[in-house]
Formats: sequence, C-alpha cells, structure tokens
Amino acid sequence: MHPAKSVIYFTTATGAGYGLFFWLALLSFHGHIPANNAVGFHLMPFVMLAVAFGLVISGLLSSTGHLGHPERAWRALSQWRSSWLSREGVMAILTFIPMSIFAVYWVFLGQNTGVPGIIGMVGAFMALVTVFTTSMIYASLKTIPAWHNIWTKIGYLVMSLMSGAVLGIALTSVFGLTDVAFHLFNPVGLLLVLGLIIKIIYWQHIHSDKAVSTAESATGLGRFGKVSLAASPHSADNYLLKEMGFSIARKHAAKLRWIVAILGFVLPFILIGVAMHYLQDTAKLLIILIAAASCLLGLLFERWLFFAEAKHTVTLYYGQDKV
Amino acid sequence: MTSLPKTAPKKKLGLVIDLDICVGCHACATNCKEWNTGAKSAPLTDLNPHGKDPDGVWFNRIHTFETMSDTGVSRTVHFPKSCLHCDDAPCVTVCPTGASYKRDEDGIVLVNEDICIGCKLCSWACPYGAREYDETEGVMKKCTLCVDKIYNENLPQASRAPACVSTCPTGARSFGDLNDPNSDVSKLVAARGGYDLMPEQGTKPVNKYLPPRPKQNGLDTAPRTLEYVDNSTDAAPLLARWVDKILSV
Ligand code: SF4
Ligand code: SF4
Ligand code: SF4
Repeated sequence: MHPAKSVIYFTTATGAGYGLFFWLALLSFHGHIPANNAVGFHLMPFVMLAVAFGLVISGLLSSTGHLGHPERAWRALSQWRSSWLSREGVMAILTFIPMSIFAVYWVFLGQNTGVPGIIGMVGAFMALVTVFTTSMIYASLKTIPAWHNIWTKIGYLVMSLMSGAVLGIALTSVFGLTDVAFHLFNPVGLLLVLGLIIKIIYWQHIHSDKAVSTAESATGLGRFGKVSLAASPHSADNYLLKEMGFSIARKHAAKLRWIVAILGFVLPFILIGVAMHYLQDTAKLLIILIAAASCLLGLLFERWLFFAEAKHTVTLYYGQDKV
Repeated sequence: MTSLPKTAPKKKLGLVIDLDICVGCHACATNCKEWNTGAKSAPLTDLNPHGKDPDGVWFNRIHTFETMSDTGVSRTVHFPKSCLHCDDAPCVTVCPTGASYKRDEDGIVLVNEDICIGCKLCSWACPYGAREYDETEGVMKKCTLCVDKIYNENLPQASRAPACVSTCPTGARSFGDLNDPNSDVSKLVAARGGYDLMPEQGTKPVNKYLPPRPKQNGLDTAPRTLEYVDNSTDAAPLLARWVDKILSV
C-alpha cells in the first residue's frame, strides 16, 4: 500500500495524543499529579494537555487533508452502523467532550481528582476506544492480510499507550515532577518491551508464507496450472497500482525493521533507564527528551512500514502471485 | 445508506464473461470509456493522455494471463475485469458517508458522487481493483453497469445492454439477471461451470466467469520460444554477417 504521509501522521499522532491523555488522566485520578485547587490559569497542566490535544487535533486534521473533498468531511460521521472509518470519526468527536471538561477543570480550576478525575478517566477510556476504532479501519480490510489480523489491533493500542507514556515521562520531567515521572517508569519499560515483542510477532506473522489469495484464485485459472501475468491492461501505472501496488523490497524492509526496533524501542528503553537512575538535572532531562524523540521517530518508521509492507489482493491481477 | 440491502435484491443484474471466447481486443473497455465519459459518472478524466505515462479513469481493464501446467502445457487467457457488483460488497459497508450503495431493485453497486468525500477506503476494500479514483474531481467512480443505458427508453430494446456487452465483437460478454435461474445468463453459467473470482474473500460476486474450454487437439506441442528467430548477428551465415557489417558502417 502507498504509505501516504497524511495517514502515517494521522495514526501515530492521534495514537500518541490519546495515549498521553490516558496517562495524564490516570495519574491525576490517583492523585499522583499535584493540582493546587485554585481558580486561575495553570501552566503545567495547560502545556501537557495542549501537547495531547495538539497531537490528536493535528492528526485528525491531517487525515482529512488527504480527502478529495475535505469540505464534506462531516458526512463521514453518518455511517457508524457499518463503517469503522465513520465510527472512528464519531468516537473522536465524542471523546473530546470528557477530555475537554477534564482539561477545563484542571487548567482553570486546578482540580484533577474526584469528579473531574472520574470524567478524565471516562475520557481516557474513550480515547483508547478511539484508538481501537482507528486500528479497525485497517484491521477490517480482508483485502490486505497484513492488516487483517489481531496484531494490528493490539499493536495500535500498545503503541498508543507506549508513546503516550514516553511523552508523559518527558513532559513531567520538563516540569521537574520527578516523582510523577517515576510513576510512569515501570509502565514505560513494560510497554517498550511489550511493544517490541508485538512488532516482532507481527513481522513474523506477515512474512509467514501463508497465502490468503493467489493469482490462481483471483483469476480462477489455477485449474490450468501456474498463473502468471502476460500483459498488463495499460502501458503505464494506473490509480490501482499507484495506490495499492506500492511494495518495498524485502531486504529494505529488513533494514527498516532494525531501525524501528532500535529507534522506537531499544534506545528509548536504555536511555530512559539510564537517565532515571543515574543522571540528574539537565543531563537527565536532555537524555529523556532524546529518548522521547527517538521513540516517536521510530514509530513513524514503524507506521511507514505498516503501510509499505502491506500487499493488496489487487496486485494479484498485476503480477503478484500471492498475498 | 451504506448497509447492504436487508432483503436480497429481487434482481441481480450482472455480466457473464466467457474466457474461452475473449480475444483481448479491448473493444469493451474502449466503448465503456466512450459511453461513461458522457454518462452518469462523466467525465472519466484522463491524466497526461498524450504523454509518456498516460493514466486515467477506466471502469473495465483487460489483462492477459498465461497458465503453465506441471506437464508444460500452456495457455494464454485474456481476462477483462470490471466491478462484479458483489452481493456482499465490502466497498459499500466500509464507506463512511453513504456515498457507496447497492441498489435494492437490481443489486447494482453505485457511488453518489455528490456526497463522496474521496477517502478512497472503498477502493482499499474491493479485492478486485474495481474502483477508480478521479484525481481531478476528488471522488470515487466505478462501473455502473451502464445504469443509464440499460433502462434508457430512448434507445431501441436491443441497445439496452451495458456498453461493453453491446460492443464485444466476439460475443464473449452476456448481460442479464443472475438471480433468475431461468434467465439466459444463469443457464449459460450452469452449462459452462461459471465461477466466482476470489471466493475466499467472501464478497459473493454477481458477475461470473466462464472457464476456457479444453483444448481440441489435446496437448500443446508448440515450442515455448521461437528458437529459429535469432537476432544476434553471430549466429547468422557468413554472407549475412558481411551485409550487416557493411550496412552498419
Ligand atoms: S467488485 Fe469491488 S467495487 Fe464492485 S461490488 Fe465488488 S467489492 Fe464493490
Ligand atoms: S471514496 Fe467516496 S464512495 Fe469510497 S468510501 Fe470514501 S466516501 Fe465512500
Ligand atoms: S470486447 Fe469482448 S473480446 Fe474484446 S476484450 Fe472485451 S470481452 Fe474480450
């Protein structure tokens, strides 16, 4: 599949934004992030929530950016009974309600526990449901076996929680909230390990040579033997090939998988571990910020590969022998 | 509404394509373009039509496949492909706007271009590559089964068939109601063992393909490569090589 920048950004940014919100709400609910209970503008929660909202909103906008008719985007909310894309849109909008109420309480009233804390948790739960609906846009497509599997759904959820937690550590460290950052330390470590394991299982899964459809089943000509394309319908690439025929050579895919594993998981794991345990002050903050940047960059590569490696059944009509 | 019709359509209009007869002439695709670039989904935009890499919207595309058996018997099969108007059309259910729909009355799958947002998800959901995005108009288009031709009362009865069927010079394409077991197309499918493309995708296509018939003379004994056509000058006789040398100066 063609790895469109808008969709790569949409899935990673909304995932990280929702994940960050989840952790902020959870930490608040448990009273781990201090709130000073005073009416007025509070900078710390404002910045942290602005990052979460900013990622979510810019991601959603980027997803409408690639539409042929962005001005009609509201119409995508109508078919939630059958369409996962529609469900994703509806969920994203509904999730803004508890998210925004929680944000107002925390930023302007200095309250993040009790009733506001519960509202935050409702938002956190809905945020995860929204991430799940995003994953289902892809996982529901039978035509793309590399997406139509459980690892796609688990992967999206875990990557969202993971990148959110890494951002959480980074932001709390920026505000010098060392104790709060420590609350996220175990979840981050666990999620980075889990994330890498899930990616490895996913890669194994999509490269197992099981075929869902073949050139033989696509043409029904398997009864005569091995089917191969003798002549393409057109002399140049058409829409189908540009959109769904993108494929990346296996050797490049292997290299990129290493990049994903190191930037996205291994490096952040080591850097955060070292920084939290052995470093202080500026050095600590710097290394944590580098870890967060590395993790997000790795996830962008991860998402790029998620699209670029996925083969669509239509390619069976253009020379591919199985998907 | 992008849920599929609750009760199965009474009629299931579709095509039957005979792979035994098709000669891969592309006439059906050409006439498809001709009719539809002036019909419901008009225009079928072309990009760079006279340049080196022409591209554009086509509802019907003709592929050519080669098959090779274990015993070395080969076949060339021309293979036209357009929307199969599936009973369980995934392109319809994924559509977030309701622009993609399947008609109750005859099962034709259509796009309402006035509300399509151009998200392309339906083209990802179709296993067969039957959906065509129009870059210029920003909307999805597809085979309409010539819905504005087959019911057109201004046309003589004989012309009320999809453009591809009307034009096929070999009679490889038939059109009719595949829900009615007594229709000509259903009888043809039954008699010739018509089949579905990629049944494992669960789309239940309405269009059927008829397999090539067995070869009349049994085995294919023609050489696979034309060994005696050799363009390399080294293998040519002495005189020919001289002539080649002189002319190449
Ligand atoms: S062939 Fe493709 S576009 Fe046509 S109805 Fe089936 S799934 Fe939809
Ligand atoms: S491109 Fe148009 S018809 Fe296709 S799924 Fe999107 S809105 Fe529906
Ligand atoms: S017009 Fe008929 S013979 Fe020619 S490619 Fe189409 S189906 Fe085949």
